[in-house]
Amino acid sequence: MEWYLPVIWAALIGTAVVMYVILDGFDLGIGILFPFARTESERDQMMRTVAPFWDGNETWLVLGGGGLLVAFPRAYAVVMPALYLPVIVMLLALVFRGVAFEFRTVSRSKTWLNVAFSVGSTLAAFAQGVILGGLIQGIHVQNGAFAGHTFDWATPFAFLCGLSLVAGYGLLGATWLVMKTEGPVAERARAQSKRLLLAVLVFMAVVSLWTPLADQRIAARWFSLPNFYFLWPVPVVTALVAFQTWQWIETRREVQPFLATIALFLLGFLGLAISVFPYLVPPSLTVWDTAAAPASQIFMLLGTLLLLPLILVYVGFIYWLFRGKVREGESYH
Amino acid sequence: MDFDPVLLARLQFAFTIIFHIIFPSFTIGLSAYIATLGAMWLRTGNDRYHQLMRFWTRIFAVSFAMGVVSGIVLSYQFGTNWSRFSIMAGNVVGPLIGYEVLSAFFLEATFLGVLLFGFNRVPPWLYVLSGAVVAVGTAISAFWILSANSWMQTPHGYELRDGVAYPADWLAIIFNPSFPYRFAHMLNAAYLTTGFVVLAVGARYLVAGRHIEESRIMLRMALGLTAILAPLQLVLGDQHGLNTLEHQPIKIAAMEAHWDGSKPGDFHIFAWPDEKAGVNRFEISIPKAASLVLTHRMNGLFPGLNSVPASDRPPVTIVFFAFRIMLAIGFFMIASALFGAFLWWRGSLFQTHWYLRVMARCWWIGFVAVISGWIVTECGRQPWLVHDMLRTADATSPVPGATIAGTLALFVIAYGVVFSFGIYYINRLIVQGPLGPETRETGHFSANPISAAHDAGRIAMRQS
Repeated sequence: MEWYLPVIWAALIGTAVVMYVILDGFDLGIGILFPFARTESERDQMMRTVAPFWDGNETWLVLGGGGLLVAFPRAYAVVMPALYLPVIVMLLALVFRGVAFEFRTVSRSKTWLNVAFSVGSTLAAFAQGVILGGLIQGIHVQNGAFAGHTFDWATPFAFLCGLSLVAGYGLLGATWLVMKTEGPVAERARAQSKRLLLAVLVFMAVVSLWTPLADQRIAARWFSLPNFYFLWPVPVVTALVAFQTWQWIETRREVQPFLATIALFLLGFLGLAISVFPYLVPPSLTVWDTAAAPASQIFMLLGTLLLLPLILVYVGFIYWLFRGKVREGESYH
Repeated sequence: MDFDPVLLARLQFAFTIIFHIIFPSFTIGLSAYIATLGAMWLRTGNDRYHQLMRFWTRIFAVSFAMGVVSGIVLSYQFGTNWSRFSIMAGNVVGPLIGYEVLSAFFLEATFLGVLLFGFNRVPPWLYVLSGAVVAVGTAISAFWILSANSWMQTPHGYELRDGVAYPADWLAIIFNPSFPYRFAHMLNAAYLTTGFVVLAVGARYLVAGRHIEESRIMLRMALGLTAILAPLQLVLGDQHGLNTLEHQPIKIAAMEAHWDGSKPGDFHIFAWPDEKAGVNRFEISIPKAASLVLTHRMNGLFPGLNSVPASDRPPVTIVFFAFRIMLAIGFFMIASALFGAFLWWRGSLFQTHWYLRVMARCWWIGFVAVISGWIVTECGRQPWLVHDMLRTADATSPVPGATIAGTLALFVIAYGVVFSFGIYYINRLIVQGPLGPETRETGHFSANPISAAHDAGRIAMRQS
């Protein structure tokens, strides 16, 4: 039990993070693509595709952060001080883009709110990438507490991860728009999907090469035998999915590019999990070192097993309710 | 420059949490009001209820967004600013916050989507039900958050091993001694806060001669609610105070600026606590009134601030004055709600313009009372973060003061901008008003009340 519980919790928090990245990823992506829209009516159309969902999507971030506090308080207590600035910047960026959503429906002049929405979304995506990069490259820990400096996270690798996530969320947003819109918005999104897919593949390749080169442990995880026999399909499948995504965009499929992009994100996450597990705070703290008391993990696990399926049901319901295309000039209201 | 990280971390948290609590205090009550309006609409078929429901939902959306984004910040600050608290109390407080997210946060956020955008896509009963689900979600949220906060005030059901709290009895943790009182007091405060906002908006329209019928509905509903809840709040607050006296007597001593526990306590209408000398200056007091309230005896004794060393006392001045502000607003609420109800009973409510003018300007009083109340209970808990267990000064993160100061400045600027625009847009929505029958004519007329309402709603949203 003492061995399994932290692993189960790592899987659950991983799930919450994946849900967050995919769901808020596409609505942050809308913000990233916002500057490229030509007219106010196009921007309205883009925003309406995510308006009923964004609030729920962002809740997964609270579950990820809250889940870390619940299940791995010692990791939470190291990661947050270590990544203090990118975390605060991300939160503030989310504040601006979140309120811009609602203010925009009330306001007559939308220019500044468009800027707030777009800059907020892009900055939040970038900060999340930096947080991820900062975590992967390792945090200096002594006696179970963060012992580094304020700007330890600020490395070329972390900034590269930031850019990668901006491109990745942009791709999710573009393929989402292909699926949910028609007309000029969908056409532009289709063209953007291709460019962003190429960018994402370049970023994935660079990050995938950089991490084993920079970190002995990650290199050993992937390239030592027999690991390599089991792990070689991961990059191969990724390449195949990427190729198929391209094909589907080319052949003007509407739903498949979005689903394939999700698959790319899942594969990226799988690669990441393979690289870092069982470390929650590389290079020193594992899921077992940082776990909450078993009584706390069990108490929360019961609630999660009961409530998470229910959440998935009504989240599914709302996506079903607002299914279909959002046309230019049309309103939900 | 020399930055004190503990003070800065406290300032940052105080700032972000005061900003945050403004919105839940409003949205908890407002969602319940929206659901009530929806139920009235379904029951009576009166379209005005539906108009009001849509109107308040638009205001709710703006407020809720500000509440959500400022709430996400808090869930991360436990780690960024109070990492040693997270380690020490994470086993106990963590699951309470986790349950809040799972049982309430998703519920609110998801069904808000239906409430805001689903009118064309779901049957009216499901639309109204979504409003009710949002209302229930906000109350469940309050349940868990207040449970976590109350545990920090009156920790129970845990064992301490190597300076880390481990859960022993979850029911004792969740229903810790101060929780029922704090929950009832805060939930009632949220409903009262909203009641006075609705009262103010109705009064504002009536004074301006706009939306007469809608305003009368709002005034009647708001007065019906506040005339009961405002006096009830006095009872709840009194019970909460007695509970605090039992578990955190020094907090009570600070609230009353009561230094010498060997004498009965006076109630100071005004005083300037001199924290260095341990006495009050410029006292205007009702003799023995504090003893009477707290011990129910004229000569009853309760602990004074001087019974503990200065290092174990909360900051007296701020607690003392915040408590007085809350009390003053509380009594004003009781008086104004009962007087309004009296006017209503006399049949002259809608003609008593001086009363309406005053109430139209009092939309903010609930917010100030709530913030003051929280300052009393949070500052009154000092110097402890978890009462008698973890000092605030020992709970911070290993983050330099300059970093905290810089981000504090960012928070002040960002929240200042967001808040100003939020107030501006909410005021805009109120100026636009609920679309009554006079604007319906601009849309095409429909004999079916539901679809007519529906059309008016469309117009409303397009114009907004």
